[in-house]
Amino acid sequence: MKMWARLTVFVLVTLSPILAARADELRGTGDMGVVVERASGSLLVVENTTRTQLARVEGLGDLSHASIVYSRDARYAYVFGRDGGLTKVDILTAKIVARTIQAGNSIGGAISQDGRLVAVSNYEPGGVKVFDAETLTLVADVPTHSKTVGLVDAPGNRFVFSLYDAGEMWVADMSNPKAPKITKFENIGSQPYDALVTPDGRYYIAGLFGEDGMVLLDLWNVDKGPRRILDGYGRGEKKLPVYKMPHLEGWAIAGDKAFVPAVGHHEVLVVDMNTWKEIGAIPAHGQPVFVMAQPDGRQVWVNFAYPLNDTVQVIDTQTMEVIRTLTPGKGVLHMEFTPRGEDVWMSVRDKDVVKVLDTATFAQKAELPASKPSGIFFTWRAGRIGL
Amino acid sequence: MKTWGLKPWAPRSALKRAVFAALFVCAGSLAAASVGVSNAGDISRDRQDELLYVLEQDCGSCHGLTMKGGLGPSLLSARLADRKADDLAAIILDGVPGTPMPPWRPLMKPQEALWLAQILKSGVRVK
Repeated sequence: MKMWARLTVFVLVTLSPILAARADELRGTGDMGVVVERASGSLLVVENTTRTQLARVEGLGDLSHASIVYSRDARYAYVFGRDGGLTKVDILTAKIVARTIQAGNSIGGAISQDGRLVAVSNYEPGGVKVFDAETLTLVADVPTHSKTVGLVDAPGNRFVFSLYDAGEMWVADMSNPKAPKITKFENIGSQPYDALVTPDGRYYIAGLFGEDGMVLLDLWNVDKGPRRILDGYGRGEKKLPVYKMPHLEGWAIAGDKAFVPAVGHHEVLVVDMNTWKEIGAIPAHGQPVFVMAQPDGRQVWVNFAYPLNDTVQVIDTQTMEVIRTLTPGKGVLHMEFTPRGEDVWMSVRDKDVVKVLDTATFAQKAELPASKPSGIFFTWRAGRIGL
Repeated sequence: MKTWGLKPWAPRSALKRAVFAALFVCAGSLAAASVGVSNAGDISRDRQDELLYVLEQDCGSCHGLTMKGGLGPSLLSARLADRKADDLAAIILDGVPGTPMPPWRPLMKPQEALWLAQILKSGVRVK
């Protein structure tokens, strides 16, 4: 086995001038993506057709909790680092084309509907900064005096975000980028920790950490203001210590059902999207971190908080039951589906690998080496609202 | 025609990885040793490594991999200078009600929390 590996490396090295010549060929980016290597501040550029790494990009700073959005041509990845770094990476050349340290401490970002603006939400100093997507020059600064979370794009060239310390929800209309029009909603609930927008861009939903419940804003009817949903889920049960904040990236939707993580409970909640009422709570292995639906909505995949983060469960959305419990290894941090969902990629941090599984048979198809991998982001996100 | 020089990337060789791993282990034990924490003696070397890993990766989820802060406050030594290690250990063990800081008592012993508190105060870089 080892000998074969060495031989392969030898052949690759020997043939590299030939391969370099072949790199002159045109290629699309639709089956490409990046994997965040959180500890070393680097990205792996990957391809999900051949399930291989293509390149590594280094020098991106502190990437704990890094997230990424794509330019609408799906060529450039905007990387939001924990240390306030905003980096624009060309995934075709695997090179950094622009980089700015825009704050002391940041948490995530979004790209506008027209693709011209990139917004970053910051913890320190709290607020949102908006940059020109081409050059990364600052266009607008929206201070909030609070840690700012759950930043998403919404139709109408708007950005929506929540204020963790202040318990507020803000909508910023960027029609005139230099003079954002802000609509603020106060007293929405205690400690909104993350938020998402539905794939149609209509509903913005923030999860609350300080109380059991979520807050929903109908972006078609902003004047009606936010309202509480799922109030007091898990009431009567003791809330467990939360060792990892759940994420609300994407909305696991199947038909008219949405699947969301319950904070402090070993459960995945099922919500009827017509009534916004809880219609079920699926017992799970641990506290869910990501609850993600396959593109076809047939199955939902769930990973869990420390110390139960070696396990992934698969839920059948028709029966609302766990149909498979997998143990890929300690530190499963993120999952990402291929554009049409035949494969799922998952980061197994403590094993320093990314595993690729068949979503129909659950068989492992490939394993790629990666240094402390966390988020995986494929380019299909480029055309999706809220991602 | 535009050209792209994207070449297949070869993972780091096994030998290099071993060297890095060795360096990491050395750094880890150096960190532990240089703290001069008297009660570290009862914590096995394996458990020390495990705790340092949890500190970096799991505490790091909220406090930053470099402990500069995130949703949770910065844990850099300068910021902890006037805090007693015992008090910090109590926070680690019992959490801070009303905030996302959870109690770690189910996952570590009081003596282990105190050791981590002393490491944070000493300012030894975990990473």
